[in-house]
Amino acid sequence: MAEAQGGRSLVVDAVTHRYPSGALAVENINLDIKGGEIIALLGPSGCGKTTLLRIIAGFIAQTQGRIIIGDDIVDALPPNKRAVGIVFQNYALFPHLSISENVAYGLAARGIHKATRQREAQRLLELVQLPAMAERLPRQLSGGQQQRVALARALAIKPSILLLDEPFAALDKNLRLDMQIEVKRLQRVSGITTLIVTHDQEEALSMADRVAVLSHGKLEQFGSPSDVYDRPQTLFVNTFVGSTNRMPGVVVSADRTAAKVRLDAGSEIIARPAGGTLSEGGRVTVCIRPEHLQFVGDETGFAGVVGMSLPLGATVVHEVTTADGSGVKVSQARIGETRALENGAAVRLAPLAPSLATPFPQRFRSSPEGSST
Amino acid sequence: MGAAPASRDVTSYGMGLAAPLALFFLLFFVAPLLQLLWLSLHNDTAGLHWGLGQYLHFLTDPFSLGVLGSTLLLGAEVTAVCLVLGFPIAWLYQRVGPKLQTIIILIVLLPLLTSVVVRTFAWIVILGRQGIINATLQSLGVIDTPLKLLYTQFGVVIALAQVQMPLMTLPLITALGRIDPNLDDASCSLGAGSWRTFFRIVLPLSLPGVIAGCTLTYAAAITAFITQSLVGGGQMLFMPMYLYQQASTLQNWPFAAAISIIFLLAVLAVVSVFTTLGRMSRGYGGA
Repeated sequence: MAEAQGGRSLVVDAVTHRYPSGALAVENINLDIKGGEIIALLGPSGCGKTTLLRIIAGFIAQTQGRIIIGDDIVDALPPNKRAVGIVFQNYALFPHLSISENVAYGLAARGIHKATRQREAQRLLELVQLPAMAERLPRQLSGGQQQRVALARALAIKPSILLLDEPFAALDKNLRLDMQIEVKRLQRVSGITTLIVTHDQEEALSMADRVAVLSHGKLEQFGSPSDVYDRPQTLFVNTFVGSTNRMPGVVVSADRTAAKVRLDAGSEIIARPAGGTLSEGGRVTVCIRPEHLQFVGDETGFAGVVGMSLPLGATVVHEVTTADGSGVKVSQARIGETRALENGAAVRLAPLAPSLATPFPQRFRSSPEGSST
Repeated sequence: MGAAPASRDVTSYGMGLAAPLALFFLLFFVAPLLQLLWLSLHNDTAGLHWGLGQYLHFLTDPFSLGVLGSTLLLGAEVTAVCLVLGFPIAWLYQRVGPKLQTIIILIVLLPLLTSVVVRTFAWIVILGRQGIINATLQSLGVIDTPLKLLYTQFGVVIALAQVQMPLMTLPLITALGRIDPNLDDASCSLGAGSWRTFFRIVLPLSLPGVIAGCTLTYAAAITAFITQSLVGGGQMLFMPMYLYQQASTLQNWPFAAAISIIFLLAVLAVVSVFTTLGRMSRGYGGA
């Protein structure tokens, strides 16, 4: 039986996978994951995150690169020899086996004696807070309970790595939060290195120690949740993680730490590049998050006309139309009696600080309006 | 759905629409069956004396019981051959690309597209003394004298298995297709090899299909008059031929009727065993 290996490191070393058709599923992915970390693989559907998960689990043999768990290169090992625990999106519990048999399945495959198996299954069911469910069938359990069983089943084999494939996608909102807390608790208890595949940015930011953002098979950024949220390295990360206003413009002047950008919306603002120096005269997209915009009384920033205002509880979101006709969202915390803005009022908006406006060079022809997401 | 449902009970439509078929069955299925039962309750061919004599005769006659036994055995053998050969085909079907799937389904369905008589004669050509198998083996020098393949139990089982194969394969393909492919991966990731995955996961979950396939194959195999008679020749006697002889050749209609009823009950007994097993195994389905 595999001994407790919680805390083994996982290295994804220059992994590339090509479909038989020749299309790239993932391209040159490098991840260096420390033992005991929770990592989120975040990206829209089709970005290659599930392919990467299946490569780590051993279901897909990558075209290039290596997977290293602890000190072992596992590329030659089939999935049943990798000791990688997986929780599937639909849980994939064996419908004809009792909960206890489901949890003990991996132990039976390892030839563990029946009495030991049952004891261990019971222990794990207590760990996931389902001690009384051992004799039931999976379909007699609710979605959240099934997921706990799937977790217990994956943990039973004392895996060196735990992989969770969109684990909370099928749960309703309240249950999802409970299960996220539960998974994080279990991960802390077991100290097991955990990889969560998700398209839900909130889930990634709230659960993971570090987040790997993927797009079109490429790793866009790999860093802590605050790195990814506050210091996005690419336009994709800025747009996909959190919401942002994208305002097209032209670089007037730039050095390493600041760039003066003439917005298509009609004025110049100071913005801070994510990295490197922008070329003068080049077209850029300036990203400013709705909560990083403020209404100003002076002549800084850019002008606009207030359209819709949406009170969302703790915040109020105003939609402002700028001079070039594009819409910008502004999010204000509702502190006391927030100043009501009339529909049609002329206002000026500016970022709270230059560092909160990030220009990215436009690689492709920009869309006509600086849309916000 | 909408506001007030139609004032008429919806089931009344259903009954009305079912009436033509119900009438058809009543006239051409239930009535003849009752007539058969009535006929079997006569002790003499003239139909003058009532009694259970024909049934007593059958159940005390070792020859008749032997025919019943070998027929039920034949069904079991054909079913077993179909299951052993059909399962891998169905399994393969679920694991290949769409193009190969089309080819497999075509091969599986092909027997249904040709007449039973034609297929049976084809088997006579293949299995005969100067048939394809014997000719090939002889020309290769494997055997000196032709093997006796036609008019043997082996020949009948092989021919029937081919004829009834779609009845086994189609339910199996459906049942295997219903199994969540993630279960395979889950089993594998938990450390199980392919054999354990097959016997612990795939086979139990495909049981509804196995049982449906077995029921259909079994019922079809033991009643396959043409294939049994042509490939079996006069050497082996099975129930359908036995009752044909009694009715047509010997004009012993009451005994033929009793054979029919006993055969019918025997088939129903086997089918209901399968159905009960099927109901139990259905507990596995759905997640």
